[in-house]
Amino acid sequence: MGNQHLEIPELALVVLIGSSGAGKSTFAATHFKATEVLSSDRCRALVSDEESNLDATDDAFEVLHVILEKRLKRGLLTVIDATNVKPFARRSLVTMARKYHVLPVAIVLDLPEKVCRARNAARRDRNFGDHVITHQRRDLKRSLKRLGKEGFRIIHTLRSPEEVDAFEIERRPVWSDRRDERGPFDIIGDVHGCCTELEELLERLGYTWVASAEGREAHDSTYSKVWSHPEGRRAVFVGDLIDRGPRSLEALDLARQMVAAGSALCVPGNHEDKFRKYLMGRKVTLRHGLEKTVAELEALPENVRGDYRDAVRGFIESLVSHVVLDDGNLVVAHAGLKEEMHGRASGKVRSFALYGDTDGALDELGLPVRRDWAADYKGEATVVYGHTPVPQAQWLNRTINIDTGCVFGGELTALRYPERELVSVAAQRVYAEPIRPIAENARAGDVALLSAQHHADQVLDLEDFSGRMRIETALQRSITIDEGQSAAALEVISRFAVHPKWLVYLPPTMSPTETSRREGYLESPEEAFAFYRKHGVEKVVCEEKHMGSRAIVVLCRDEDAVRERFGLSDVGLGTIYTRTGRAFFQDVEREQGLLSRVHNALSASGFWEDFETDWVCLDTELMPWSVKAQSLLESQYARVGAAGQASLSAAERALAQASERGIHVDALLARTGERAAMVASYREAYRQYCWPVEHLDDIRLAPFHIMATEGRTYFERSNLWHMEQIATYLTGSGGASMHPTRYRVVELQDEEQVREAIAWWDAMTAEGGEGMVIKPFDFISRDGRGRVVQPALKCRGREYLRIIYGPEYTTPAYLELLRKRGVGKKRSLAWREFALGLEALERFVRREPLRRVHECVFGVLALESEAVDPRL
Amino acid sequence: MLLTISTTHQPATDLGYLLYKHPERAQSFDVASGKVHVFYPEASEERCTAAMLLEVDPVRLVRGNEGAHGEGWTLRQYVNDRPYVASSFVSVALGVVFRSAMAGQCKERPELATKAIDLRVELSAVPCPGDGAMIARLFEPLGYQVEATRLPLDPAFPAWGGSPCFAVTLTATMPLSQMLGHLYVLLPVLDGEKHYWVGDAEVDKLLRYGQGWLEPHPERELIARRYLKFRGLTKDALKALREDDDAPADDARIDDATVSESTEPHVTLQSRRMDAVASAIVASGATRVLDLGCGEGQLMERLRDYAQFEKFVGVDVSYRELERAARRLRLEGWPDVQDQRVVLMQGSLLYRDRRLAEFDAAALVEVIEHLDPPRLATLEEMVFRHMRPRTLVVTTPNREYNSVWESLPAGGRRHDDHRFEWTREQFQGWGDGLAERFGYEVRYRGIGDEVEGVGAPTQMGVFTRGEEVGRG
Repeated sequence: MGNQHLEIPELALVVLIGSSGAGKSTFAATHFKATEVLSSDRCRALVSDEESNLDATDDAFEVLHVILEKRLKRGLLTVIDATNVKPFARRSLVTMARKYHVLPVAIVLDLPEKVCRARNAARRDRNFGDHVITHQRRDLKRSLKRLGKEGFRIIHTLRSPEEVDAFEIERRPVWSDRRDERGPFDIIGDVHGCCTELEELLERLGYTWVASAEGREAHDSTYSKVWSHPEGRRAVFVGDLIDRGPRSLEALDLARQMVAAGSALCVPGNHEDKFRKYLMGRKVTLRHGLEKTVAELEALPENVRGDYRDAVRGFIESLVSHVVLDDGNLVVAHAGLKEEMHGRASGKVRSFALYGDTDGALDELGLPVRRDWAADYKGEATVVYGHTPVPQAQWLNRTINIDTGCVFGGELTALRYPERELVSVAAQRVYAEPIRPIAENARAGDVALLSAQHHADQVLDLEDFSGRMRIETALQRSITIDEGQSAAALEVISRFAVHPKWLVYLPPTMSPTETSRREGYLESPEEAFAFYRKHGVEKVVCEEKHMGSRAIVVLCRDEDAVRERFGLSDVGLGTIYTRTGRAFFQDVEREQGLLSRVHNALSASGFWEDFETDWVCLDTELMPWSVKAQSLLESQYARVGAAGQASLSAAERALAQASERGIHVDALLARTGERAAMVASYREAYRQYCWPVEHLDDIRLAPFHIMATEGRTYFERSNLWHMEQIATYLTGSGGASMHPTRYRVVELQDEEQVREAIAWWDAMTAEGGEGMVIKPFDFISRDGRGRVVQPALKCRGREYLRIIYGPEYTTPAYLELLRKRGVGKKRSLAWREFALGLEALERFVRREPLRRVHECVFGVLALESEAVDPRL
Repeated sequence: MLLTISTTHQPATDLGYLLYKHPERAQSFDVASGKVHVFYPEASEERCTAAMLLEVDPVRLVRGNEGAHGEGWTLRQYVNDRPYVASSFVSVALGVVFRSAMAGQCKERPELATKAIDLRVELSAVPCPGDGAMIARLFEPLGYQVEATRLPLDPAFPAWGGSPCFAVTLTATMPLSQMLGHLYVLLPVLDGEKHYWVGDAEVDKLLRYGQGWLEPHPERELIARRYLKFRGLTKDALKALREDDDAPADDARIDDATVSESTEPHVTLQSRRMDAVASAIVASGATRVLDLGCGEGQLMERLRDYAQFEKFVGVDVSYRELERAARRLRLEGWPDVQDQRVVLMQGSLLYRDRRLAEFDAAALVEVIEHLDPPRLATLEEMVFRHMRPRTLVVTTPNREYNSVWESLPAGGRRHDDHRFEWTREQFQGWGDGLAERFGYEVRYRGIGDEVEGVGAPTQMGVFTRGEEVGRG
């Protein structure tokens, strides 16, 4: 006897059926990985320590089902090693397979009873009588005929030990799995017999044709051209090639020829499905345009009609409900497909893919009620579909409906992938009237005002932003947000943040240098230079650090851009928010006034044209500090200064008086004098950063990064580039309120340049400056091992630090204690926040759903709740 | 922090005997917070001044904080006025260096210890909330003449106004020990902050040092409350103080934590508001109720006694509030609440939350005014479109009524975090618009005593979903 082959899909639920002693476990071990096999004996042992403890059967199966469910949900082939001879035992397994759209496979080990008995007798742990096997075999015999009805799609029976030994299993991909096809593709919407427009579209997409070798003589095609793309692009038809339009059979045959030639893929539409039923001779009502296709068929010469019918029917039957392409990144299905159905196979998957998310209910026009599955779609894969004609193709949550109603006088649309460009040709005329006006199929009813995505983005789901979160970023594989952190972020965002649609970026925290070795100093630039040198950075940009408040500016060229790009209206031209996402100004007039100054500067310098954009996101520092921190200044900084000054000068006076009359208090007097001087320096330090703001002219904005504009970010540019562009477009011409940032590029190998940079810092901080920020020359810089290095280190002035560490921090004993600070935690945080902030903008410029952008800024805020020494 | 005590009692240098500190020597003592120095800037027969200089050691201050607060680091702890102001540190120092004097003992001049002598105390920086009147309210009833001058916040910025600290001079004729006792208790009372954990022992201390003068003091409740800071202890202390006074301690009136943030006469109105909302919800016939923005759970506490309710869920965005609510509702072991009937969960009204759909009734008590107007629109969508309760009760302050409260500056809001406060017309315009858009009917009423022309302090709107209106 030759070897028996059984082909099963890579994703299947394999149910072994056989009595005790039939050799199921050995069979499973031979053909499957240990982790793929769920054995009832093993589960019995797990819950009771005994494999054959029948008391434990119920608990054991509960465990088995839980594991099975998790595996099927995750898309893993699973084998059930249990007797499975009773229908009820199999029913729950088939139900589970259906729930997760996994193909149920039955492999029956129907071995002679004496073989089973002999094997059992040889096993010491089986102490039940032979009658058990007899009963099990009786149940098995009864079961054999019912398996198909029970829902098993592949059934294979093995009847002897020899058959078992010679048996082989081959796994094949699920039919819909075409992940190794990576395109590029041109996905074409519902054609509905508009073959003329289809040809025009193919030409527009760069396809060319040759005459078919077989042509009409072969009696199986009405169409004689074979189209293909010279660069190997492939067309993907979303189905509904036929019905309603004038050239249905030719359209269908055009696609058929391309599929046969390998220049196209095709998924079936509901119209093909109905045509197939007609071709099979089933009773179908000839309506919704099928009557036209059938008429075309009837018009074929009688001698070719039969062959043609068979060929077409064969083609339609060969079509798989949907295709998963490009490593799983692209899914094409006629009516779309929910994420959990991608690459799965079941009646439900097919029905969803062909007919959409319906439950059989009809609306007042007799059309099936379709739920808007795409509105809830959160999958990673792009889903392209058709089925419901819409006025224009619009992205929503990484899905797009490209049925733009050609047959109803609209357009035939193709989506170029991966370019994601839409190419359309207009219908030559109206071939049919839709039952429901196409405009009513548009989402949300206000397409003209707000895109479908912006409309859907009005709602963010709490479940996406609570509990433990894992956020994938381009810079770091994944960043974990724990439950407490997300709870904290939820509160901050809900209570204080600007509208989430504005919140496209949050800046990272910044680490200081390691503690300086300089006597009396906590920070100085030497450590920053050493750090970057150590991490393989050869060149840095030193930027003056302004002491104000971090401000993110999001600004649009006009209100149309606000609506089109941010999905907001009547909110002015943009917003300015703080590093925690809070509106910088309570006073809207002041905010819009400052924004219009930025706008003027950008417009005057030709920024919008040069950057080909109508919006921009800038990272800036806004001065004076007192604009945002006034209440903090009054309630804390000034208060401490006032009390310190009063107390220490009173003490000095009293001590001086005592000293004059010869009491020995000189050391104390001197010390008190020093302390008074430190408090005076402290007051001087914060005063530098405060001035009254009565007018916009009193506000200064110092931008330092151009984060993003339409369609792109600027993270691959150097920090020098950022400084230069900002000087050119914003601060160079001395626009009102625009404040330049002094900077210098330092080659770290050049000792002279390093010395000069340190001297520069000394001079700036001596004048009361906050200090400087040292950044690697490249915005994103990697060390020798390819890891991203700290994007910036701050180095703060000795006097400035009094505001942070307290007026008297320079007292030697205190300073000694402070020097023990560690910056590791802060740096890890800065790095993760940097990755998240950049990711937010990358997603935003890719026009991803707001949920995906919000996830990242939410993550930054969540990380901010980590307990890190706030003085760093 | 410098404190000086002067006397012109003749011979003035007897002050040295009273304080057990020699006028011709400077002495230093270690205390937990640093060092205390005692010296005499002047010491003549006519006039003698003793100075106590407390040098708070910032290193110890930070270390202490790290121990006590652990994770709760804020910059406030590093840029800190503690080394410079009269606070509980000063009281502790007084207790250490002038222990015998405080106890009224004096070996050399026993008669002087109990004798009223003229005394003058100068304090360089005394923190005091408000306009500083509390200093006089505390010391004048004890027989002091009080002179308090507010320190400017920063002479470089006159516009910033005054700081919360005062230079204070107290003059009185009384025994020294009495004066030290007053300072010991009242300096932390003025400051309102304790550097150490307030435990039961503090009640004894207060009673010991307050003996004889605290009981008849007209501000004794304020003193007890601010000295002890914690409500539970305050009750004990007040009870001990007024054995002869039958009035029960009014728990609610003692809450001064809210006074600084909220100017609303808090308790009675809050309670009436909760009653009004609860009865509207009871009347709706609801069995499943949502309290959106449940805060400390006051509404839930009222509703839980009605058997009518099968389930009520309190939602708040603040984890801390939920913990308070869990304590108030005694949901032990929260958040693993076993009791399915009363559930607290963190949630935000600005996100869609599928857990909150399909409730009969929902309450939004004093919530909407905490949202910036653009985000209020999101809340409307979430509540009216996605949660869609049959009945919705909304309350918010009536701005017109603010003119009735004298403590509220004109145009001011009742709470720091209020983003707006509406007139009745504004609120009803908002409510009518929503009712129209989402198919509800709405009725309005005031909560609290109405005042001619301005209405009641709180306004309430009860929304009923369209299809329910006919049934009622």
